[in-house]
Amino acid sequence: MTVRTEQPSSRIDDGIGESALRPDGIAKLKGEFEYAQDQWVEGMLWGATTRSPHPHARILSIDVAPALAIGGVHAVLTADDVPGRASFGLEHPDQPVLAKEMVNFWGEPVAIVAAEDDATARRAAAAVVVEYERLEPLTDPEDADLRDEVFRRMRIRRGDQSASGSVVVEGFYEVGMQDQAPLGTEAGLAVPDGHGGVDLYATSQFVHADHEQVVASLGLRPEQVRAHPTGIGGAFGAREDVNLHIHLCLLALHTSQPVKMVYHRSESFTGHVHRHPARMWYRHEADEDGNLVRVRAKVLIDGGAYASTTAAVLANACYFAVGPYNCESVSVDGVGTRTNNPPCGAMRGFGAVQVCFAHEAQMDRLADALGMDPLELRRKNALESGDSMPTTGQVIETPLPTVEVIDSLAAMPIPEESERAGLPGGSGLTTEEHHVVRGIGYAVGIKNLGFSEGFDDFAQARVLLTPGGAIVETAAIEVGQGLVTILAQIVRSSMGVSSVEVRHVDTSKIDSAGSTSASRQTQMSGGATLEASSRLRARILEHFAGDDLNDEGVWRDGELVVPMSRVTEDKWEETVTFRHPPTSPPDGDGQGVVHADFALAAHRAVVDVDPELGLVTVVRVDTAQDVGKALNPQSVVGQIEGGIMQGVGLAIMEELILDHGVIRNPNFTDYLLPTILDAPDVEALLIEKEGSWGPFGAKGVGEPPTISSTAAVAAAIRNATGRAINRVPVRPQDIAL
Amino acid sequence: MIVSFSLNGSPASGRVERPISLLDFLRDELKAIGSKSACDQGECGSCSVILDGVVVCSCLVMAADVEGSTVTTVEGLESEGTLSAVQQAMHEAGAVQCGFCTPGIVVAATDLFSHNSSPTTREIKEALAGNICRCTGYGAIIRAFETLAGEST
Repeated sequence: MTVRTEQPSSRIDDGIGESALRPDGIAKLKGEFEYAQDQWVEGMLWGATTRSPHPHARILSIDVAPALAIGGVHAVLTADDVPGRASFGLEHPDQPVLAKEMVNFWGEPVAIVAAEDDATARRAAAAVVVEYERLEPLTDPEDADLRDEVFRRMRIRRGDQSASGSVVVEGFYEVGMQDQAPLGTEAGLAVPDGHGGVDLYATSQFVHADHEQVVASLGLRPEQVRAHPTGIGGAFGAREDVNLHIHLCLLALHTSQPVKMVYHRSESFTGHVHRHPARMWYRHEADEDGNLVRVRAKVLIDGGAYASTTAAVLANACYFAVGPYNCESVSVDGVGTRTNNPPCGAMRGFGAVQVCFAHEAQMDRLADALGMDPLELRRKNALESGDSMPTTGQVIETPLPTVEVIDSLAAMPIPEESERAGLPGGSGLTTEEHHVVRGIGYAVGIKNLGFSEGFDDFAQARVLLTPGGAIVETAAIEVGQGLVTILAQIVRSSMGVSSVEVRHVDTSKIDSAGSTSASRQTQMSGGATLEASSRLRARILEHFAGDDLNDEGVWRDGELVVPMSRVTEDKWEETVTFRHPPTSPPDGDGQGVVHADFALAAHRAVVDVDPELGLVTVVRVDTAQDVGKALNPQSVVGQIEGGIMQGVGLAIMEELILDHGVIRNPNFTDYLLPTILDAPDVEALLIEKEGSWGPFGAKGVGEPPTISSTAAVAAAIRNATGRAINRVPVRPQDIAL
Repeated sequence: MIVSFSLNGSPASGRVERPISLLDFLRDELKAIGSKSACDQGECGSCSVILDGVVVCSCLVMAADVEGSTVTTVEGLESEGTLSAVQQAMHEAGAVQCGFCTPGIVVAATDLFSHNSSPTTREIKEALAGNICRCTGYGAIIRAFETLAGEST
């Protein structure tokens, strides 16, 4: 019998804290990984969508006959063919599955088609004749506010509302509409089960929410619909809401054939929600020493035509309107408007991005008015563990190392560029080197982790021990972020078993994991997985009276007492539903314990600007981020670099241009995305302060990189040019004119 | 018409009955799903293939025009079931997240390293300037190929 002197499980490879490689990486590198777009079954039809060419119109008639007359067309469905609930929505079911009497945004679905191939389906969708009476679209969110066309109003009042300071700065700030632009467009396949039910394999961040909405609109019993996780080409918030899911199931059940649908890029820009554009009015007051005395803000975000998650995004924007700073006298008024603009909803950062741009600009202005170093002002007012949120009054119980994050970032050297980042304007070669001005800017941002405001936020996971190793079953969605790696690492470290497979199972096999959003899956599904694997290990050890478990089996006092082959003769599985500490809805003044956890990051941007031409190159963005515990450092850095790039995109190039509700740039030629030539050098410091309720003290890391990076780039442009820069994306005319 | 060409070293042919792109022909007719469709207009590089020695966006090439040509897609770049040096470097650097851009980047980088075994960072960036990645921020991709370039010097 083998004798060991050390705990085998402590030596396991690819456990937590190590940069384990992605289990799906090889298949993705070989082009073998199956995405929703790649699904193909014998005899399947293709679906396509007829969309409104108007942002606001009354539907007078719909004639599907010309589409049905096309050879190869199997079905053309309209609102009259929806057997169940006529509308859907993640929080409020206010969006028609197919428009019936009115269309309320440009690109709203009016009819759906199934045909024998993609081209025929699209031709048929274009052949549906819809007679519209055009109506004046409501597109100015301030008009909507005045007319009380709103999804939610927020009112936060904390402290003495008459407090005042001797140093006052005011500002108006604006953020444009950003698109998530995941590289994989919306895609899916619905397969009828032959008994009146359907299996759905579609792009999603939240299959249980899709399931619930499909069931409602199809008028089926829950067990008749199974929503399956599938291969996803990025998400960033764009896949929380239903888009083609109900349509696919309607077509599949109507034709009794599998139906596949893939949005083209131009369609994808109307097929998913966007980041809310925002207008923000701020007033900061401080005493002579730089202590914040009072902050007042009005935050307006435009939700567009339908509710989606506007209410929650607005709440977040208001809760984080002051940033990570102490202030005893705060008032925030927020409004999420309803207009005929494209619907807006979740995107990475979820309301915190917009206000961060504003509150950080205000902090810089205040520092300037005080004649104080901007970082010193932030340190002086830093919100830390044990402090109360300036907006809600909630005492922060989990670690929040704000000063350490700021100090760590400030201490990072700015390296000499070994190779020039390239002149602003890039290959246009329009800039002369002697015109280039360098600027440096800082910003700090904070956001909640997990769902808030009393929402019952839970995630279920199942861990099994089999002769082939451990298996994790989950309905949590892997969108590319690396949850599939993290869950396996958690099981390795907690169970002591090195072979772990993560299986994404459908909605009939496991309860919800919640959405892959709010930076929550590492903490939530990770928490469920840790608890399930720990319990399973404890049960196995108790059953065999052992004191350790590894690949070889159960050990006692350093001796192998039960080999793994015998352990796995029994069936071992444990299912856990994990909940984070409870939160509560806010009171009438926006006060309460509304959040479960917080994370923050600080960014320092270095930019080169040609002030005459208004061109910007982001040379580097350094960051320090509060991560709790980095379960996979390489993966954390991947989230940080990717999040910064999206933040840089919002700062200088990414914006959906609207003209009376019509998107003028719904394509990758005109909606500019950062390329590798736009990528700044990034140095990231991971600040580990354990104590959060996440597994091993981990915090979610996906969103903080996107929150303050935009604000830091804007600050750097301000520093280089002396311009106010009160709007992102910063356009050439904002600098040069 | 029937279009015949060399795909990843093997003869391939299929019927082209309407004006479709090489990308749609590969994916829908030949079921070679490795090349991805993301922008439909040659902006993102997800559909990159090597056509007669040149990296092209297969969404911008008509299927009928590849008659007699040699086409290499991501599926043709592994060697005997193992990852190529370009693929291995990306795997180890964490240069794959959602992976949708990955096939195009593998193709473009393979072409770069076939002409220049030790490219500078600038050359790496220029070779991949036509490939959009929305997940990584490009840092891990650059590190992967800097490491690979360093190994060959």
